[in-house]
Amino acid sequence: MSKNIIIDGLTVPFQEGQTIMDAAMAAGLYIPHLCHNPEFKPHGSCKLCTVNVNGRNVASCTMPAAEGQQVLNDIAELNAERLALTQMLFVEGNHLCPACEKSGNCNLQGVAYYLGMMSPHYNHFYPAREVDASHPDILLDRNRCIYCELCVRASRDVDGKNVFGLTDRGIMTRLIVNATSGLLGDTSLAATDKAAQVCPTGALLVKRKGFAVPIGSRIFDRHTIKDVQTGGSHE
Amino acid sequence: MSDRKIRVATCSLAGCFGCHMSLLDIDERLFGLLELVEFNRTPLTDIKHCGPCDVGLVEGGVCNAENVHVLKEFRKNCKILVAVGACAITGGLPAMRNNIDLWDCFQEVYQYEGGLEGGKVPNDPELPLPFDKVHPIYEVVKIDYFLPGCPPPADAFWRLLTDLLNGREPKLDYEMLHYD
Amino acid sequence: MQQFEFSDISRMLTPILARHGGDASRLLQVLLEVQDACHTIPSEAIDHIAAHFDVPRVNVEGVAGFYSFLSTRPVGEYRMLFSGNITDQMLGKDDLMQYLCNKLWVEPGKVSEDGLVSVDSTSCTGMCDQGPAALVNGWPLTSLDQNRLDLICELIRSRKPVAEWPPMLFEVVDNIRRSDALLGEPLVPGNGIRAVLTRGAKETLAEMDKSNLRGRGGAGFKTASKWSFCHAAIAEEEGSVICDINGHPERYIVCNADEGEPGTFKDRVLLNSYADLVFEGMTVGARVVGASKGFLYLRGEYRYLLEPLEKGLQKRREAGLLGDNILGKAGFSFDIEIHLGAGAYICGEESALIESLEGKRGRPRNRPPFPVTHGYKGRPTVVDNVETFACAAKIAEKGGAWFAAMGTAQSTGTKLLSISGDCASPGIYEYPFGVTVRQILADCGARDPYAVQVSGPSGAMISWKEFDRKIAFEDLPTAGAFMVFQRKRDPFQIALNFVHFFAHESCGFCTPCRVGTELQKKIMDKIASGHGTASDLEELKSLGHILKTMSHCGLGSSAANPVLDMLEKFPDAYERKLKELAFEPAFDLDGALETARKITGRDDDWAHL
Repeated sequence: MSKNIIIDGLTVPFQEGQTIMDAAMAAGLYIPHLCHNPEFKPHGSCKLCTVNVNGRNVASCTMPAAEGQQVLNDIAELNAERLALTQMLFVEGNHLCPACEKSGNCNLQGVAYYLGMMSPHYNHFYPAREVDASHPDILLDRNRCIYCELCVRASRDVDGKNVFGLTDRGIMTRLIVNATSGLLGDTSLAATDKAAQVCPTGALLVKRKGFAVPIGSRIFDRHTIKDVQTGGSHE
Repeated sequence: MSDRKIRVATCSLAGCFGCHMSLLDIDERLFGLLELVEFNRTPLTDIKHCGPCDVGLVEGGVCNAENVHVLKEFRKNCKILVAVGACAITGGLPAMRNNIDLWDCFQEVYQYEGGLEGGKVPNDPELPLPFDKVHPIYEVVKIDYFLPGCPPPADAFWRLLTDLLNGREPKLDYEMLHYD
Repeated sequence: MQQFEFSDISRMLTPILARHGGDASRLLQVLLEVQDACHTIPSEAIDHIAAHFDVPRVNVEGVAGFYSFLSTRPVGEYRMLFSGNITDQMLGKDDLMQYLCNKLWVEPGKVSEDGLVSVDSTSCTGMCDQGPAALVNGWPLTSLDQNRLDLICELIRSRKPVAEWPPMLFEVVDNIRRSDALLGEPLVPGNGIRAVLTRGAKETLAEMDKSNLRGRGGAGFKTASKWSFCHAAIAEEEGSVICDINGHPERYIVCNADEGEPGTFKDRVLLNSYADLVFEGMTVGARVVGASKGFLYLRGEYRYLLEPLEKGLQKRREAGLLGDNILGKAGFSFDIEIHLGAGAYICGEESALIESLEGKRGRPRNRPPFPVTHGYKGRPTVVDNVETFACAAKIAEKGGAWFAAMGTAQSTGTKLLSISGDCASPGIYEYPFGVTVRQILADCGARDPYAVQVSGPSGAMISWKEFDRKIAFEDLPTAGAFMVFQRKRDPFQIALNFVHFFAHESCGFCTPCRVGTELQKKIMDKIASGHGTASDLEELKSLGHILKTMSHCGLGSSAANPVLDMLEKFPDAYERKLKELAFEPAFDLDGALETARKITGRDDDWAHL
């Protein structure tokens, strides 16, 4: 007999070992998220996927599903908090969408559109962050990094290269690459690596592909991230 | 709604007037709009100072002292102030200079570039003095509504204005909300 | 600036790496030694160390960047770090630090041009009862004043090695003011273990259960439950128990001596004068859960205790209280290794501590699974506070009923309080749980007390109206900090100090804490500079809500406590700082024109706002 959890009143089946996020995704339910990607080990850093389980907030991407869980997901209070987190991500970096090749295909934007973000609300930090164009095929623009560590996980767990990591801490946290010079061009990263493909924002971009699809005809210009991530046409 | 026409003022601070162009893109709907609205200070009327208004639409971020004077005048005179476009809301493209030292900017423009007399940094009081960084306008005055986009689509302008004219809380459809 | 040639680096590293062996869990310990030797972690050393441990370079660089005592840019040959706790500030830390900087011709946070000296602030060094305090190259300086700084200045200028500085500069006293069951009667080393061996492990766990001992780190989880979960986790694995090379199942006992909560210093005293009690408690725990290996995670600020503690361990080995066949009991093997921290408050969180023990960045793990089932290197691990182990040793010797007779029904036993601030006799006070704040204030000679910060910045700020509340898990839970503030102190300044602390110590893993603590700091700074408005208060409240409900760990969820307590209990403190206006710009408009004024040479009316 299958086990179930309740999400926003709906009975959702799960298998042992699945997280709440896994169960929700399998059932076609959308829980906003940025650092989570079902292809990789759950991370739990962006906290957008926070849901309320039996009165307590938990990250749904890392919390194992268990019988008896009453999960609140798509409720006004949580969506307001998710919006605040999204706004925090916008102001801590330099997210200048009109100047970004990823615009329209960017998950950070997609989530912000979904949550109805009209402004970043908080005061901007405008941090000084480095852009690294040393690699012939891949651009690393740290202005857009949200520390989801998808590139870290992909490079370590899929590519077996360990090209990326984080250093420093707190608001000074920054993405580093595996080279004495500190330059992406001196690492073993290839444009075909998984790590070069997984960035949810425009921090890591394969060069010369930026405008293959024109602005206005891109994924989130036409579809909500909810439809994209729960529907048939996954990225 | 009262018989008086709704007074609207607009301006562009550190912006490119692209948002104004997009406003004009509401095309023939402009005629209908003008039945309901009269424009105070805008680049279209060439009125230099903002008088008492119902709605102020501000394009562009704050990059210099003059922007602050204009913005404060709008805030003082407009019952509802709307930040229009990416620059007013995030600093936008002008904010790309935010991590370039102001000294370097001045040197690049006035000293390394040829053609200017003596290669000196101008010190004329009529020139607006720039800030260290470009800021969105909501970091300088209180803003009531935001209309994102670079530029916001004409339909978004239309929706915002018609919602405000009809006393509704402005709400954009999904397709009208974008940041690029 | 000193340059390092590769051959120099190699020569310097070879003995260090040889001593630590090839297990990457030693990475942080190696980096600490490199920092000591080079006053930085040179980039070439990172390559070398990565190759030695066979780990990616990014991992080594990531660790080097995480801990505040490590530095990938050179610091001074003499590195002075002033303790930045509010109690140090109240004793004149800011002026003293500026005084030293002026004398040494160095700016705070920067290195002198000759590379000789750097002066900066650091989080609380745990010397609040004898501040203002500082660390020089990791060694604690106490009771600083201008005279002492004059002397220090001369010592630095004459390049006298820190080891040859006058010992009186480094004198750290215990200041035990009130003793009770834990500090009052010394334990004969071995008596706790003997009692366990006589009674049996299972029976000892029953005594622990009867004692109702709860974790002294502040959270108050029942120790017996933690121990039995750890034991059960091993039982579940039976049939495929993973063993070390000696055939012992891998499970670990970890003593959390990362006493980082500002205002707390009781573990310093326990480790200085009651280390045997702590080690005994760890050994008791080891016997109960069946661990053969223990770690003591010693905060970097207590580096000066490392050698005495190592000696203490050696003595216990010689007495048969550690090592193989403890007290002659065949098969009872347990030993303790000391790991040093390196300036990261977050490592007091048990799963971050375990990460740090493994030689990684101190980032709290996702839970479940919990350390009792998946801890150090994925094995069942008990992590307990220093004081908890000390209590456990006593309970092993005297039984659970003896312990449970003290304190209150829900909070049995006694609690060590670290008292500092505006009182005549700062120091360590041991009370049975249930004592009132008023009683404590009278005992420590508090002067015109107005507020008390109970359990540090992450705890609660209580006002004079609440002085009849009790120290107990059911009323005022505490890890031990008890900072007294008199009427003339400004509660806003206290909260300001604490929000800076949290922003500095956030590990940066989760969005709400990484960004939220920084936003909170910026708004408090804005209010401090006289530009705060009512809307900033609303912002602080909503940030507090986000931090509390969305954060990954306790650091983030408690980071708003100082602000929220201030807003609720001391409205005068911020109201008089607020402007009448509803809105003030986020930044200083006129100040933001200063650079352009300098460049253009303008000072006309239009050049100001």
